[in-house]
Amino acid sequence: MIGGATRSSDWRARNHPAYWAFLVHRISGLLLALFLPAHFWALSRAIEGEARLESFLRWTDDPLVRIAEAGLVVLLAAHLAGGLRIMALEFLAWRDGQKTVIALTAGASLAIGLIFLLQVF
Amino acid sequence: MSARAETWLWITQRGAGLILAFAVTLHIATIIYAVHRGLSATAILGRTQGNVAWLVFYIIFAVAAAIHGGIGLRTIIRETTSWRGASLEAAVAAFVVLGALAGCRAAAALFA
Amino acid sequence: MAATLHVSVWRGAAEGELVVYDVPARPSQTVLDVVTFIQRRLDPTLSYRFACRVGMCGSCAMTVNGVARWTCRTHIDKVAQSGAVEIRPLANLPVIKDLAVDMTAFFEKWARAKGHYKPPAQPPADFVRVPPKTVERQAADEAIECIGCAVCYASCEVVAWNPDYLGPAALNRAWSLVNDVRDAGNDERLRAVAGDAGCHACHSHQACTLRCPKQLSPSASIAGLKRATLRAALRGKL
Repeated sequence: MIGGATRSSDWRARNHPAYWAFLVHRISGLLLALFLPAHFWALSRAIEGEARLESFLRWTDDPLVRIAEAGLVVLLAAHLAGGLRIMALEFLAWRDGQKTVIALTAGASLAIGLIFLLQVF
Repeated sequence: MSARAETWLWITQRGAGLILAFAVTLHIATIIYAVHRGLSATAILGRTQGNVAWLVFYIIFAVAAAIHGGIGLRTIIRETTSWRGASLEAAVAAFVVLGALAGCRAAAALFA
Repeated sequence: MAATLHVSVWRGAAEGELVVYDVPARPSQTVLDVVTFIQRRLDPTLSYRFACRVGMCGSCAMTVNGVARWTCRTHIDKVAQSGAVEIRPLANLPVIKDLAVDMTAFFEKWARAKGHYKPPAQPPADFVRVPPKTVERQAADEAIECIGCAVCYASCEVVAWNPDYLGPAALNRAWSLVNDVRDAGNDERLRAVAGDAGCHACHSHQACTLRCPKQLSPSASIAGLKRATLRAALRGKL
């Protein structure tokens, strides 16, 4: 991206909220897309019987796995909030400002609430 | 791909996104409910086995997710690498089809 | 305020380097004042563009401390932290020499987006009455003041990532014409602005809207084009 006949904007130009929102949305989407096949594979262990699914679920009792799961839930909530924000921008013809705030609060509250609730187990 | 086809790709992405907005909200609520009660195969299968509603829900969810993820990956690849053209479209289509099949298989595994 | 500014200026074209010039600080100095001082007093080989120098023409757009702006409307004390400032040519366009860029691609994309009025086949019998408060006219009026300075184009990451992307200015102009009720070329125009090279490549980073010196919102215009192309696609007119 940098070099050649044309230069692209550098980080000083990208340092604004709407760009961070884009970054969160893209990174969370990428990680979720990579997670999805693993998720489907894990669930399909049920084909081999309840015991097979159960033994996989016991693996997820590991605290590190639980933390990773909480991370995934946060990614999902963040991606959802960002997606709703984009669709509001595109379809409702809103102007700036409020949407980022709304997305931030929605995403943050969703994420915080979920982390808390997941800690219950 | 023609401008018209690319427009339909965008429409499909947004449409799948709307479906996922509902599905993900329900899914997150289910997760909270499920882990609160202790996650076990017995508990999960107790809810999903023989339940046509869950089967239909998960099939729609999985197909929408595979489509949405595939189109999203296509955009990321086109913007961060120089991979373009028929081979990329084929790879994306493969991701969507295989992902949808894997998701339906998982849904069936929980239903049966 | 420091008595001397240390001004790093890009010299060269695609290859080149930043050269530091010491410029005496003056009250109410703009970045354009500084560049002009360098060219007239320190180094006559420096190439740069300007015209009106009063914030009307858009010719003086450059990258100041990494951000695209009009240099005649940028006061030095706003950007020269601790007496230093970095000046480069606009991003996303080939550099001809030093601070002057080749705007050809920018205007080619404007044409490719059908950013020009197309009259109907038959001229109207009388003047077309366009009430200013109609939804379409207001939408057009909000987008119409663009003077083609390329600050938005230089600020857009998608322009950098996708060489075919028409960019915010071209799409903004297309939107103003989509809302011109006299225009007869909208079927063709919507086809021109749809797809991966058109409005659908925009990810709403909104740097264009943030940086536009005329406070336009290409982001809003592009969102409008997304809705217009959606309608056209659903009607089979795309």
